[in-house]
Amino acid sequence: MHYLPNVLFALLLLTTVLLFVKQAGKIRRNILLGRELDRSDQPKLRLKTMFMVALGQSKMVKRPVAGLLHIVVYVGFVIINIEVIEILIDGLFSTHRVLSFLGGLYDFLIGSFEILAISVLAACVIFLLRRNVLKIKRFWNREMTSWPRTDANIILTIEILLMSAFLIMNASDSILQSRLVEHYSVAGAFPISSMIAPLLSDWSTDGLIFLERFCWWFHIIGIFAFINYLPMSKHFHIILAFPNVYYSNLEHLGRLSNIKEVSNEVKLMMDPSATPPPADATPPTFGAKDIADLSWKSIMDGYTCTECGRCSSVCPANQTGKLLSPRKIMMDVRDRAEEVGNNIDKHGKDHNDGKTLVHDYITAEELWACTTCNACTDACPVNNDPLAVIVELRRYLVMEKSEAPKELNNVFTNIENNGAPWQFPMADRLNWAKEQE
Amino acid sequence: MSQLTVPTMAEMTANGETPEVLFWVGCSGSFDDRAKKITRAMAKLLTKAQVKFAVLGTEESCTGDPAKRAGNEFLFQMQAFTNIQVLNAYNVKKVVTTCPHCFNTLKNEYPELGGNYEVMHHTQLLQILLDEGKLSIEGGKFKGKKITYHDACYLGRANGVYEAPRDLIAKLDSEFVEMKRSKAKGLCCGAGGAQMFKEPEKGNKDINIERTEDAIETNAEIIATACPFCNTMMTDGVKNKNKEGQIRVFDLAELVAQASDL
Repeated sequence: MHYLPNVLFALLLLTTVLLFVKQAGKIRRNILLGRELDRSDQPKLRLKTMFMVALGQSKMVKRPVAGLLHIVVYVGFVIINIEVIEILIDGLFSTHRVLSFLGGLYDFLIGSFEILAISVLAACVIFLLRRNVLKIKRFWNREMTSWPRTDANIILTIEILLMSAFLIMNASDSILQSRLVEHYSVAGAFPISSMIAPLLSDWSTDGLIFLERFCWWFHIIGIFAFINYLPMSKHFHIILAFPNVYYSNLEHLGRLSNIKEVSNEVKLMMDPSATPPPADATPPTFGAKDIADLSWKSIMDGYTCTECGRCSSVCPANQTGKLLSPRKIMMDVRDRAEEVGNNIDKHGKDHNDGKTLVHDYITAEELWACTTCNACTDACPVNNDPLAVIVELRRYLVMEKSEAPKELNNVFTNIENNGAPWQFPMADRLNWAKEQE
Repeated sequence: MSQLTVPTMAEMTANGETPEVLFWVGCSGSFDDRAKKITRAMAKLLTKAQVKFAVLGTEESCTGDPAKRAGNEFLFQMQAFTNIQVLNAYNVKKVVTTCPHCFNTLKNEYPELGGNYEVMHHTQLLQILLDEGKLSIEGGKFKGKKITYHDACYLGRANGVYEAPRDLIAKLDSEFVEMKRSKAKGLCCGAGGAQMFKEPEKGNKDINIERTEDAIETNAEIIATACPFCNTMMTDGVKNKNKEGQIRVFDLAELVAQASDL
């Protein structure tokens, strides 16, 4: 019986890790459903970008209020996790505050954690207010249906509960320390929880021990549960933001990829002596109809999306009431990847559910509203590229389905026939030089 | 006004001459009546600065930008390979263009297909010519005039060119006023991605109206643009707001040409 808590703890820890590995593995599998794309070049610049944008949050602070609050939560989250190391050791070996041998440093650490915890708590409350009371527009767009809104509220509520448990645990612990209760050796500094402690000073020692243990277990089980909530949530960005920024597009934003297979065909048309591709080569699908036609990076973008809506709030089409929302594009990519992944799990690799990303998730009307202005890609704090998806889907509509809007078909015909989007003869190209104002 | 002399690559090559720079005029600059004025202003400035330039004339063809962005990669690459053949045959090294869309495509998308040129936007070249003293602005024609600048997406966000256009406005000795959304945060005029050639999708406002409102808010007398499509969109926006009497839309080449009395 003596070892029951330790065994229970070890089992919980093991389950947490195994479940997380399984869930993360599925996401990895879904991302790799995408087409190949080589982003292994310029490792130094990639690391630097990751350091600036993901670790340094350089794009977050472009909106100072949300940016600074986010940094508080982020720094708090990272640093308070040092405390989790201690909790893990204590849990596995029945020690109490095992790191307290650090003495003054330990006091400093616990004191800092408390200050961070209360800051995180305050920031999360403000975030909840921004979403639910101030109702900031970008959190209430069309694609912010019930689940995305609930997801955000769940994350913030969990953080508030975890921080509260940490502070209440410390408050009861500090009283137990002052009562010289066995096991509760004097350690730590409690700048914040000392303000909660007076509320608990009437409690019996047994009651306090129960409260301290309850908060300790609540805190760590909460963390275990939260870890396995991540893969179902937009909160997965705390992990994927790093690889996602590392592998982000380093080119000028204006540069769109040139399709290699098209180059080969066009070269062949222009120069019949060029080497044709081998006869058994499978003809590629031009553009993207579904997840598997997108690059793996576009699918990773979907899983990294934090649904913050900065992209849509700067999108000229979205601001003027068009259906297009770059955030929805990213969310649709992720949701469709999840659906395809679940189909694979249930029905095997070659199952066809008769649905596609284009039409069933993203409509032509959304796609044709884009001005390719790159405001969305510039705004994204995790360097997502919604435009890459929009262009691939347009390519599919135009090259595989001939479903361009009528006016654009006229433009194509004009460019083909007379080298300009309008119907002017090429012979008139230099008329401007002869005309006078 | 004297007749403009605009040599073509074919003529120059026939005379055994090599121009310093090819002036890529673009479809809008060749065919749109409003944009043709921008082209002429640029040609006059190049002439005045004694830059040895040439155009392709009837040998020029669409870069393929609208086709590419509309998803027609085949048509884009047909255009690209054809243009690259022409440009490489003339051994072109340097290109200047008044259109940010041509600029972006030539600079970023042609190299992989075999077209490697030093590509400049006209605001960059004008800045150099003024700095080198090959062009000068005298008389303070724009002194005290309030000018705002609309960033073209394919110049600004797409390629990071924010300062050259602003430097030109500073050189005009005018009073520069920034719109509330500018540089990386600048709002598109609504023409990019082949939107110029189609009706906008359903919405509650046209994008160019939203952007024109930003410009009107600055109380500027002149909206400076650096893209023929932005120019059209902003001009339409000003008309729609019945502000033609108060605000005029000019390309930076036109402003520099006016300031130089050309």
